[in-house]
Amino acid sequence: MEKVKKGVRLDHISKIYQDPKTGKDFYAVRDTSLTIEPGSFVTLLGPSGCGKTTTLRMIAGFESPDEGEIYLGEEPINELTPNKRDTAMVFQSYALLPHYNVFDNVAYGLKLRKVPRDEIRERVLKILDLVELTGMEARMTNQLSGGQQQRVALARALVIEPSVLLFDEPLSNLDAKLRVSMRTEIRRIQQEVGITAIYVTHDQSEAMALSDNIIIMNKGVVAQMGTPQEIYYHPVNEFVADFIGEANFLKGTMVGAAKQLSLDKGSVGKRVIMNIEGSEIEVEGNGSMETGNEYTLVLRPEAATLADEGNLPCEVVLSCFMGSYQNYHVKVGNTLVKLEEHNPKNKHIYAVGDRCALVFDPASVHVL
Amino acid sequence: MAKSQSAALDRKKLMADPIMVTTIVVLITFLTLFILYPLAILLVDSFYGDGSFGIGIFKRIFAMPSFTRAITNTLKVGFVVGILSALIGLLFAYVEVYVRMNRFVGGLFKVVSMLPVVSPPFVLSLSMIMLFGKAGIITRFLLGIYDNSVYGYWGIVIVQTLTFFPVCYMMLKGLLKNIDPSLEEAARDMGAGRWKVFADVTLPLLLPGLGNAFLVTFIESIADFANPMIIGGSYDTLATTIYLQITGAYDKAGAAAMAVVLLCITLAMFAVQKYYLEAKTAATLTGKASRARMLIEDRSVKVPLTVFCSLAAIFVIMMYICVPIGALFPTWGYKFFPLTTKWFKLVFTRYHGFKAFKDSFVLSLIAAPVTALLSMIISYLVVKRRFRGKGFIEAVSMLAMAVPGTVLGVGYIRGFSGGIFHTGFLQGIYGTGLILIIVFVVRSLPTGTRSGISALRQIDKSIEESAYDMGADSFRVFMTVTLPLIKDSFLSGLVTAFVRSITAISAIILLVTPQYLLITVQINEFAEKGSYSLACAFASILILITYGAVLLMNLVIRHFGTSKSIKED
Repeated sequence: MEKVKKGVRLDHISKIYQDPKTGKDFYAVRDTSLTIEPGSFVTLLGPSGCGKTTTLRMIAGFESPDEGEIYLGEEPINELTPNKRDTAMVFQSYALLPHYNVFDNVAYGLKLRKVPRDEIRERVLKILDLVELTGMEARMTNQLSGGQQQRVALARALVIEPSVLLFDEPLSNLDAKLRVSMRTEIRRIQQEVGITAIYVTHDQSEAMALSDNIIIMNKGVVAQMGTPQEIYYHPVNEFVADFIGEANFLKGTMVGAAKQLSLDKGSVGKRVIMNIEGSEIEVEGNGSMETGNEYTLVLRPEAATLADEGNLPCEVVLSCFMGSYQNYHVKVGNTLVKLEEHNPKNKHIYAVGDRCALVFDPASVHVL
Repeated sequence: MAKSQSAALDRKKLMADPIMVTTIVVLITFLTLFILYPLAILLVDSFYGDGSFGIGIFKRIFAMPSFTRAITNTLKVGFVVGILSALIGLLFAYVEVYVRMNRFVGGLFKVVSMLPVVSPPFVLSLSMIMLFGKAGIITRFLLGIYDNSVYGYWGIVIVQTLTFFPVCYMMLKGLLKNIDPSLEEAARDMGAGRWKVFADVTLPLLLPGLGNAFLVTFIESIADFANPMIIGGSYDTLATTIYLQITGAYDKAGAAAMAVVLLCITLAMFAVQKYYLEAKTAATLTGKASRARMLIEDRSVKVPLTVFCSLAAIFVIMMYICVPIGALFPTWGYKFFPLTTKWFKLVFTRYHGFKAFKDSFVLSLIAAPVTALLSMIISYLVVKRRFRGKGFIEAVSMLAMAVPGTVLGVGYIRGFSGGIFHTGFLQGIYGTGLILIIVFVVRSLPTGTRSGISALRQIDKSIEESAYDMGADSFRVFMTVTLPLIKDSFLSGLVTAFVRSITAISAIILLVTPQYLLITVQINEFAEKGSYSLACAFASILILITYGAVLLMNLVIRHFGTSKSIKED
């Protein structure tokens, strides 16, 4: 009973809520259009209040959009109640039925669909095997650990073979180590089943590890959609750059094109000279820059290092050993830059007050 | 910004769920017909009762000295009872929460908090008369006072205080437990003495809650019918005046107008209590105690407080015990020995006791599950669903809490004796057992709904959502998820409704027809006639029944209820 995979499409979706304090209406989600490909794993990522959970709940049917239409495959589903939608949700609080045991929890959806008893048994056992809970059928849910409960929740959602699997921050109640192993697990199962999955989280590493595509939301609108690499290396604005990973922002003015000395063919013509805090350095531009304009450079903490000599002089204001890396805060002029010097064991460690230089590969910065 | 699309979609989604729609429609009809309409007809009658619109009837009743006196009486009693109950309740609560008690005292406290729940409303009046009245054991036989009168103002105040203070005690106990001990410890650490801590920290934090307890008791006192009826003597309160206006003066329009006045008083106080004090209480005492409180071991505090409370508790318990014992004396006030069961026998042989118990029992037994189910459905709709009319359902079912039984009784007489709006429609239910059952349901609905709502609020919304998401419709979600999860609340609602119904009197006494003999009405009749032994015999059996019901409930909950571990999840 292989099903046709279905994608999800949001067509100019808005959701308006009323602020309980001021009584004013505001957009929780605003004019959002998205296309989620069949079989892909997409994460909605953003700070709390960005509209990601509202979007997910509109897809599930718990909330109704104020503008726009939601499609499951080709079918518009705005008017369908959650129980009539071909979606299944995994909740943050697991939301297992506490008066049922593991088997009955997983079988619940199948019973509602009037699946014959033998088939229920077969399908439940198969899915419990998939989530590695074989032998736990008779346990009550409160006898399970958090991770196990979340597996039951996942099994319950999977067993009804929905077109789309929805995750609402499913791992946020677990401890850090379990979170890491569970997300690997979720990804494995999603790949194995080949189901379309939409996953809401505010944890960027979760989003990175799981997703084919990440959708970054901010204040009710989509800030950027792309693969984890695109979003990390080519953020479209400061919000995205800052939200995904750590980012330093260096403001500077373009002085002119760099001399064509570079051997790297790909970057010919793109290298520019920027004036940052009074020092001139060479960086890789984005191809549409003009001399005299001010630009912001995004520099990841791990992309730069310190040296005794260099074009961009700086002063160390914090130097702190973190185990796997040495954490530096340095001042370039008036701009504070955070650095992570990985594998610090055999490197020279700069102390607070040291004057040195910030060094990075011209290609490792991103111009906004 | 227009929210019209989501509203339209939500409506469509709701309409796709016929069981849900039907339930809502039935519920709204029920609430309108049996709570709102009887109150509305009172307004209509009191402004329009003499054929023309105007305030003529109000002028007439306010010209009656008996009525204006009743208003002052009612407010005076309510005020004093409210203060006394809140203070005694506070003392009990403080001792329970702050002072180390031994098991015996703890047991006494538990019994005191239980007794008013399981006993019919006028039991204390009976025992008051039997202990302190003209032929009272204590006044006449121990103290040799021959003409002590317990009837009147002080009688009502004492009896109502003893009846209602356990409610305050339970309310304040919950609040005191929520005070974080570290606040008081901080004050002590700064150098404040125990009394200073109480005055500067505990009391200010508790003040809104104390006001709340006071008003709740005030309302209860004003609405109380049975005690003023039995022990009030010529001291009439609003509830008894209204009753007499109907049964004695046959002035139904006047009674309706009086009922409107009584309703306005209770509604006003209910509004203050509900929307001002409850919010304030919640605002000052929201935190959970971070850890256990160091109990007071200091003997100079502990001994006087526990001794006083224990004596008070023993006194209250004695008053309750007095009733079954009173039923065993051959002739109250003259002959105490040998103890006899003749009154119990008379109850069943001469005074149709069997029929009275059967009628009360059967009607209550029908009303109880209806009430319990209805209040769970209302709670589910109010807490878990969004739809138009939800505000109405919530408001009306809470409104019923503020309506005194007497007012409801008069409303039902005016509203149904001649059919809906005196048109003859639905007249058939008047005088039947059905209308008694409906009164039972309406009277117990608010308590059940309140307990259901607080139980449901503790259940994570996503549990029901997950079932909905899995493909269950509203009806299945309610039956397979909601109801099993609030089973305890449902069961206790069942018993509370049963107990409240079988001990109810205020509304029922106005509506009951000779066809039905209800126990409470019988007790009231015998007490009125001065046949206290018979009244006591009836009351003792009634207490046995209600106590049995409560015991049964505890047993059922222990065996079939939701286990503790599930609740903690």
